[in-house]
Amino acid sequence: MEAGTFSGAQVRTLGERFAAALGRFNEAPFVVRAGVGIALLDLVLVLADRRPDSVFEWLLLAAIIAASTAATVPLARRPAAVAAVVLVNILAILILFHGLHDVSQRGLNGLSLGAIYALGAVGLTLVYGILKLVNFAHGDFLTFGAYMAYLVNVTWDLPLVFAIAFAIAATALLGIGFEKTMWAPMRKRGAGMLQLLLMALGLAFVIRYSIQFIWGTELRQLDVNNTSSVEFLDLRIGRTQLTVIVVGFAALLATGLMLRLTLLGKRMRALSDDIDLAETSGINTSRVILYTWLFAAGLAGLAGVFAGAITQLQPELGFELLLPIFAAVVLGGIGNAFGALAAGIVLGVVIEMSTFIVAPGLKLAIGFLILIVVLIIRPQGIFGQARTV
Amino acid sequence: MTDPTQIFQLALTFEAFTDIQFWTSVGIIAGIFVIFATGLQLNVGFTGIQNFGQVGFMAIGAYTMAILTAESGWNFWLSLPVAIAAAIAFGLIIGLPSLRLRADYFAIVTIAAAEAIRIVALNARDLTNGPQGVFGFADSWNSVSDSIEEFIVDLGWTDVPSQFPLFLVTWGLAIGLMFAFSRMTRTPWGRVLRAVREDEDAARALGKNAFSYKLQSLALAATTGAIAGFLFALNLKFVVPDEFQPLVTFTGYAVLILGGLANYWGVALGSIVLWSVLEGLRFLELPLSETKIAALRFMILGFVLIGLMAFRPQGFFGNRKEMVLGD
Repeated sequence: MEAGTFSGAQVRTLGERFAAALGRFNEAPFVVRAGVGIALLDLVLVLADRRPDSVFEWLLLAAIIAASTAATVPLARRPAAVAAVVLVNILAILILFHGLHDVSQRGLNGLSLGAIYALGAVGLTLVYGILKLVNFAHGDFLTFGAYMAYLVNVTWDLPLVFAIAFAIAATALLGIGFEKTMWAPMRKRGAGMLQLLLMALGLAFVIRYSIQFIWGTELRQLDVNNTSSVEFLDLRIGRTQLTVIVVGFAALLATGLMLRLTLLGKRMRALSDDIDLAETSGINTSRVILYTWLFAAGLAGLAGVFAGAITQLQPELGFELLLPIFAAVVLGGIGNAFGALAAGIVLGVVIEMSTFIVAPGLKLAIGFLILIVVLIIRPQGIFGQARTV
Repeated sequence: MTDPTQIFQLALTFEAFTDIQFWTSVGIIAGIFVIFATGLQLNVGFTGIQNFGQVGFMAIGAYTMAILTAESGWNFWLSLPVAIAAAIAFGLIIGLPSLRLRADYFAIVTIAAAEAIRIVALNARDLTNGPQGVFGFADSWNSVSDSIEEFIVDLGWTDVPSQFPLFLVTWGLAIGLMFAFSRMTRTPWGRVLRAVREDEDAARALGKNAFSYKLQSLALAATTGAIAGFLFALNLKFVVPDEFQPLVTFTGYAVLILGGLANYWGVALGSIVLWSVLEGLRFLELPLSETKIAALRFMILGFVLIGLMAFRPQGFFGNRKEMVLGD
C-alpha cells in the first residue's frame, strides 16, 4: 500500500482519503484487522442468509467469530493459511445455518466445477507468468477441446475415452501451433503486454467463431449418461459429475506432482519466476515454453471436455468459464501454478456454496465480487508475492 | 441461450446496396461505437489505463434511464443526467480500489465488474425484468424524433428513413464529444493525463496526483459509455441484458485500434470502416446460413485485431509519437 507517499500534503481527493483510511487500517495490529475483517464478513453472511433464531445460535456464531480470529493470529505471515481459516469460518456458519448434509451436498456439486476451473487455471497461469501473455483465448481452447471430443464421440461414434485423448492432443497441438506462428515471433519483436492481450482477444474471436461457423450455435451433447446418479452417505451426485471429479482431481494431482518433482516442472516454475534468470542458468527456454503450451492447452482441452460433459456444448462454453478461471489465476497469484490449482477448486466450491445466500443465477457475480474484494485486500493474490504487483 | 451475435443485428430487410434505411442503421451503430470508443480513447490512448469494462457503463446508463422512465415514471430528460451520474458512481466504485493495480489486473477487474453488472441485470427480475428487458421508455424521444422528421420533410426530403433523426442526434453527439475530448486533452489537464501515461512516477514527483487524474479519466469514459447506452437503447427501443456482453467492449477496442491510438478522429473513421465492412458482408450474397455469416463477421473482427497488433499496433491513424503499444 503506497498511502504513505501522500503524507505531508493535505489529503484532498476521495481516492486519497480512501487510501489513507486503508493505510491506517493496515497499520493496526493484525489481530484487530483479522477480527474486524472476519466479523464484517460474517455480518454480511448473516444479513444475506438468515438471522440466528435462538440464543444458542447467537452464542455459537460469536464463538465461531472469536475462534476464527484467534486462529488467524499465529498465521499472520501466511496469507494462504489465513484464507483457509476464513473459508473454514464461512463453512462453519453455513453448517450452523443449514446443517452438515446440505453444505456437503453443495460442496460436492462445487467440486466438479472447481476441478474444471483448476484445470483451466493452471495452464493459464503458467502462460501468464512465463510469457506475460494475458491469454484471452484460453477459454476458447476449452471450447475447442469440447468440440474435438464431440467430433470423435458423437460424429465418429467412438468411446468417450478416445474422445478425451483426442481432445487433449488436438488442443495441445493448437496451443503449440499458435506459439510457433504468433507468440514466438511477437515476443521476438518485443511486443508489449496490451498488444499481446489484444492479439489474444482477436485469436479468441477467430477460434470461437470458427467453431460457430462449423457447428452452429445449437446446443450439443456429448454421449454421456447425465441422468443416473450415485448415492453415498446420503449425498447424491450425477455419475458424469463424479467421473469429472475423480478424473479431474487425478489429473490435477498428476499436474502438481509433475510441477513439483520432474525437471521439466521445475524448469517451468523457474521460467515463471524469472525467465531471464532461467535462461542465464542454461535452461533452453524456448523448449520449455513449447512444453508449457503443450501442457496448458492440453489441460484446457481436458477441462473443456469436462465442462461439455456436465453441461452442453455451445460456442460460448469456454468463454463463459474464462472469467472465473482468470479469478482463480489472480487469487492464486499470477504465475503460481499451485496457487491456481488450489484457488480454482476453492472458487468452484465457494461459488456453489453462494447459492445458499443468493439466487443461483447470481453465483458467478459472487465469484467476481470475491475477485474484486481479494484484489483490494491483497492484490498479489493469496499465494503471490508482493513484488509481482 | 440466445445467439450472442444477434447483438448487432439490424432489424431491417434490404434489397440493394444503396438502401438508405440500411445505411442509416449502420450509421447509427457506427456513431454509437464512436461515442463508446471516445471514452476508451481517453483511457487507453491518453491516460494509459486499460479499461475493459466500458460495456458495464453502457449497461448502467441504459438500464438506469430505462427503469427510471418506464417503471418509476420519471421524466425522460431528467433520467439522463441521473443515469450518467450512476455510471460515474460505478466508475468510481470500480476505480477506487482497482486503479492502483497493475494494468493487466485492472483489465481483468473491469471486465469482471462489467460482467457482474450483466449477471445482476439478468437476475434482478423485480428491477430489470430479467431477460425480458425493459420497454416503453422512448415516448419522449419519439415525439422529438417526429418533430425532427417533420422538419426534414418541410425542407423538401419526403422519404426520410424513420431512424434518420436518431442518426443525426447520434452523430451530432459523437462529433461534439470528440471535439470536446480532443480540446480537453490539449489543456494543461490533458497534458497531465499524458504525463501519467508516459511515466506515472515522474508525474507524481512533479506533484500531480496521478491517481486522481486516472479516476477522472475513468469517470469521463463512464459518461461516454452511458451516453452510448442511451442511444443504443433508443435504437433498439428496449434494454435487455444480452446486449451488454463483453463482446461490445472488445468491438470497441477493435474500433479504437483500427482508428488509431491517441487520435479521436481516427476512431470515427475506424468505426465507420469496421461497421461498413461487417454489415456490408450482407451484400456479398454468400451461399451461407445466417449463423455462418454472423460467425464470419466476428472471425473477420478477430483477424483485424490480430493483423493490426502484428503489423500496425498504433492503428491506421495512430499517433506514433504519442502512443505505441510496443512497450
